[in-house]
Amino acid sequence: MNQDLRREREGASFNPELLTHVLDGSPENTRRRREIENLILNDPDFQHEDLNFLSRSQRYEVAVKKSASMVKKMREFGIADPEEIVWFKKIHLVNFVEPVNLNFSMFIPTLLNQGTTAQQEKWLLSCKGLEIIGTYAQTEMGHGTHLRGLETTATYDPETQEFILNSPTVTSIKWWPGGLGKTSNHAIVLAQLITKGKCYGLHAFIVPIREIGTHKPLPGITVGDIGPKFGYDEMDNGYLKMDNYRIPRENMLMKYAQVKPDGTYVKPVSNKLTYGTMVFVRSFLVGEAARSLSKACTIAIRYSAVRHQSELKPGEPEPQILDFQTQQYKLFPLLATAYAFQFVGAYMKETYHRINEDIGQGDLSELPELHALTAGLKAFTSWTTNAAIEACRMACGGHGYSHCSGLPNIYVNFTPTCTFEGENTVMMLQTARFLMKSYDQVHSGKLMCGMVSYLNDLPSQRIQPQQVAVWPTVVDIDSPDSLTEAYKLRAARLVEIAAKNLQNEVIHRESKEVAWNLTSIDLVRASEAHCHYVVVKLFSEKLLKIQDKSIHTVLKNLCLLYCLYGVSQKAGDFLQGGIMTESQITQVNQRIKELLTVIRPDAVALVDAFDFQDVTLGSVLGRYDGNVYENLFEWAKKSPLNKAEVHESYHKYLKPLQSKL
Amino acid sequence: MGSPVHQVSLGDTWSRQVNPDIERERNIQSFNVERLTNILDGRAENTALRRKVESIIHSDPKCSLKDNYFMTQNECYEAAIQRKFHIQTIAKCLGWSENSPEFFYAYRAVSGEVALTTHSVFLQALRSLGSEEQIAKWAPLCNNFQIITTYAQTELGHGTYLQGLETEATYDAATQEFVVHSPTMTATKWWPGDLGRSATHALVQAQLICSGARQGMHAFIVPIRSLEDHTPLPGITVGDIGPKMGFDCTDHGFLRLDHVRIPRDNMLSRFAQVLPDGTYLELGKLQINYLSMVITRVNLLWGEVTPILQKACVIAIRYSVIRRQSCLRPSDPEAKVLDHQTQQQKLFPQLATAYAFHFLTSNLLEFFHSSYDAILNKDFSLLSELHALSSGLKAMASDLCSWGTELCRKACGGHGYSKLSGLPSLVARVTAACTYEGDNTVLYLQMARFLEKNYLQAQASQDSTSQRSLPQSVAYLTAADLAKCPAQKAADFLHPQLYTKAWAHVAARLIKDSAHHLQTLMQSGADRYEAWNQTTVMHVQAAKAHCHYVSVKNFTETLDKLENEPAIQQVLKRLCDLYALHGILTNSGDFLHDGFLSGAQVDAVRTAYLDLLPLIRKDAILLTDAFDFMDQSLNSALGCYDGNVYERLFEWAQRSPTNTQGNPAYEKYLRPLLQSSRAKL
Repeated sequence: MNQDLRREREGASFNPELLTHVLDGSPENTRRRREIENLILNDPDFQHEDLNFLSRSQRYEVAVKKSASMVKKMREFGIADPEEIVWFKKIHLVNFVEPVNLNFSMFIPTLLNQGTTAQQEKWLLSCKGLEIIGTYAQTEMGHGTHLRGLETTATYDPETQEFILNSPTVTSIKWWPGGLGKTSNHAIVLAQLITKGKCYGLHAFIVPIREIGTHKPLPGITVGDIGPKFGYDEMDNGYLKMDNYRIPRENMLMKYAQVKPDGTYVKPVSNKLTYGTMVFVRSFLVGEAARSLSKACTIAIRYSAVRHQSELKPGEPEPQILDFQTQQYKLFPLLATAYAFQFVGAYMKETYHRINEDIGQGDLSELPELHALTAGLKAFTSWTTNAAIEACRMACGGHGYSHCSGLPNIYVNFTPTCTFEGENTVMMLQTARFLMKSYDQVHSGKLMCGMVSYLNDLPSQRIQPQQVAVWPTVVDIDSPDSLTEAYKLRAARLVEIAAKNLQNEVIHRESKEVAWNLTSIDLVRASEAHCHYVVVKLFSEKLLKIQDKSIHTVLKNLCLLYCLYGVSQKAGDFLQGGIMTESQITQVNQRIKELLTVIRPDAVALVDAFDFQDVTLGSVLGRYDGNVYENLFEWAKKSPLNKAEVHESYHKYLKPLQSKL
Repeated sequence: MGSPVHQVSLGDTWSRQVNPDIERERNIQSFNVERLTNILDGRAENTALRRKVESIIHSDPKCSLKDNYFMTQNECYEAAIQRKFHIQTIAKCLGWSENSPEFFYAYRAVSGEVALTTHSVFLQALRSLGSEEQIAKWAPLCNNFQIITTYAQTELGHGTYLQGLETEATYDAATQEFVVHSPTMTATKWWPGDLGRSATHALVQAQLICSGARQGMHAFIVPIRSLEDHTPLPGITVGDIGPKMGFDCTDHGFLRLDHVRIPRDNMLSRFAQVLPDGTYLELGKLQINYLSMVITRVNLLWGEVTPILQKACVIAIRYSVIRRQSCLRPSDPEAKVLDHQTQQQKLFPQLATAYAFHFLTSNLLEFFHSSYDAILNKDFSLLSELHALSSGLKAMASDLCSWGTELCRKACGGHGYSKLSGLPSLVARVTAACTYEGDNTVLYLQMARFLEKNYLQAQASQDSTSQRSLPQSVAYLTAADLAKCPAQKAADFLHPQLYTKAWAHVAARLIKDSAHHLQTLMQSGADRYEAWNQTTVMHVQAAKAHCHYVSVKNFTETLDKLENEPAIQQVLKRLCDLYALHGILTNSGDFLHDGFLSGAQVDAVRTAYLDLLPLIRKDAILLTDAFDFMDQSLNSALGCYDGNVYERLFEWAQRSPTNTQGNPAYEKYLRPLLQSSRAKL
């Protein structure tokens, strides 16, 4: 092992293993996760190609190969628990991108949610056995987040009892669905249902797209891959154009709405339950943000302990770059953020499961808040993580730009999270809608509960209008609880400003929608402040549950750093709201620098605790043993450009260039 | 309307017709777009010349970029070499000389997607560091491509910190040769462009050792590949460093030297010389080594970083008037996304930044040229300011342009993630600039050292009678300062003088604070190095504020020069206002901190800022048209002039190799999978 890393690990103030247990939820979880990981690592069938040296088509091929073998392996190892499947796939697929995945993550669940019992009986067995591979086709070339705008039509023909699916315009071509380009032979297509000359809005249809046996597109179907992307090379995101393509009436998923053989439309009872899937996916994405950021921090911090650069004092050997204040200032707040998001992710998962049970018992009361919260937190954590991964990459200097660092891959595969499953700005505005509604309710005398209960305490809600005086100005910058209060005040203030500006615009504008648009910057700001408060609050509360003293100490420092760094970045809000004074902000900035020094000796142990295997990191810079440079050289030699000693373009172009001129 | 050059279509049937959504945007012309293009180009003659070059380049299908997104790294490299070859052939035919504007415009036309770009870095370094004889000997060889050259500085274990480089050049007086050697693994040269597969000669930066003494970094011309068959010469291990986030067209390389001998004349000796007997002669300041870096940084901002943000703005803003999403009024059709306030808030500050940096780097370039000759003649009085400015502004521009380009990409939603949008490649390219040619943090700190020095000097001269004037860019450190901003209402914040002063105030305060903090730590017993490290976060913040001030001030001065163009002045002033106010809002804590702005004033800034958005909205498309990028250079399905986004996207995607080359994965893996399951059922 690299001497620097050895020293770092020996100097840590706590045992990272204990922290790993906290992150996994329990020592038992850690044990089982490692057991599954080792099953793969010790499996001779498990071959790990370096994807970086392959073309896109080759990467797709590798992913399909792995998808195929995975089905067998999971059966062999008896892995069926959803959590364990995720662990398994993560280590198996490295980039966690799997063309066949949509079959399991979208096709089957949609069938289960929206198909009748008869439909489930007909289709389910063949999809679970992968006789058919399905995908889910919703987004169109011209229409994304705003669902009602989708143009694909499904017109019922009572004579033949068929639906005619059609893509009437270029913008209506289905675009982006994963696994659609090359892999799937069926798709659940979302289309505007038209029967008896009337449009009834979006419904789901099972559409066969490729012939069983030959895999050729069926007549009337144009299907293909949408071409190269920033990342997700292994995924065949596809397009689908349907040209008056007929499917039997029974292929419409009819658990809720129905079309009778004569074309009569029967309305669904309620569709509130579809919230559930979205909430699940978004809360999963919060966890993904935490994991991606944790990986990036692991790589950047280990490398910063190995890399030596420049001088602090003349004549002394070059120090580890992790000893530079600027490097600590770049990385440690991100490390703190990674921990914060880990705990938020765990909280979201628990809450989802808890509320899911409530829903099972018919209690939907908490769903609106959870829906609003997951939307905002998905946006908040993915935006932050997006920028943070890039910051980690740049903190690795030039080598961060090479694929050997693994960081470009982490980045390009994470960044679509900002736009898919609901574009982030739209998500923030959904949260804002909930905040505005809550604000109005408090105004009309109702008390709010949950994360927005602070709105009950707004100065404008108090009997005596004493405005500024009610804000407590004494924030204890060493107390996570007191800082949580400060974030709460900031959120309350920005929610109130947005609400008042909105009211003001509503009076002056022709429609509510116009007023909403003209306040949307304020609204997004309010949502961000609300989400920031929630993250701070969850991190502080997590501290109370930590038993081990050494772990508690180190997590408390991270929590403080997370809170104070945010204050420093948003100092304007805290000053303008009278929540903190100028001298307090100066103290905050000073305290941040002290915390950097305090966290420094534990930095490597803190990333070790994330417990990523080298294969999962996919990084030469982030190797556990720290032997960076030797391996970097070995890695580069494998580059396709190095295959021949003299590249063929020399003979084709360079040589003629030299002689011609 | 527009120039005919814009209208050159890609030969697609639909591009004969302009999408009405974008056509309408061009109907109201509040200013003359062509005139603004001329201003951006410097003058009308430049615009004409640029268009001529661009149309020559684009009429040659071999220079096309269209298939780039479908290529492997190997294919990209080969295409880039081919493109270089064709441009060189065209240049020869038409008599374009090296370093002529024609070459610059040709480079712009192919968006920098050509090989052998480090060749010119070598030439620049040769001209700055070489003696007249050396220039006379090597420059023609370069210009005629008899040799292909690269500049090898960075090592595997060492980057920005020059003195840490390990490669050695030891003088052997017996043979009058230098022995160039990589003593360790970490000494391997790593990252130089064109080194991996192309270059025949490298300018190697190495520690000079002569007569047993280490003399610091010097530059040596080292032949690395045979001019006969291109194989590596004895003692040389050379190759490509492997796949990267972007720059597939460039073969960044590694180089290990095993006691390679080169003649004494191969050390560049304008500023230092080794005599045959091994005597070392210094003919200028060591600092001069920085000169070639300064040149590279200034060119980088002008030719690479700023245009990328401009292109990203063109693509994102054009797409945002085609893309429709959600209804703003219940009865209306879905609105153009550019009419959403949140979209304006994302894109317009980027557009303003793109203009700000255009004028900033163009002035920096001018400053550079005016001081360059003096420096070559060994007058170093302007070098430290030039070095500080080029360092700090490189850091700020690459930071903000990377951030802005990525923001434009995300603002295009899902389609921004497709390479066919052109944006991922722009992001991957511009972000590299944050770490190459000096890591940004280190560069900010170089700027900070300059600021600290000048601040202390300003303090000293205030106390004494000797009034030495400060360099121009920091003269404000001694100017009268206000304790509080005098603005009373939102409209007051639309006065360039007012917000320039505000930025000067904040920059000066942060410089003062960090200098004092450093002093305090030193007085309490810390040595200077420890104290410096403990205040670097503050110093970086101060340097950033200073850079921001410089860019705001420069933008307002550009406006002053446009008195004869009132319409253009007005539209640019809005961008200048937006740029300055956006900066104040994102850093409002710094302005509130010492009470310079009150809470009410920050609210007024916000009001002024929000009111600017709809004004800029009206001119947004014309402002992007004025950059005058041809569709072929943008190479984007979303950003074409005619706005036919979806048709182009669909047509282009179908040409992807994943669609045209069959599906081997199906035969190999999917079919067996499907069938094995069926057998079981």
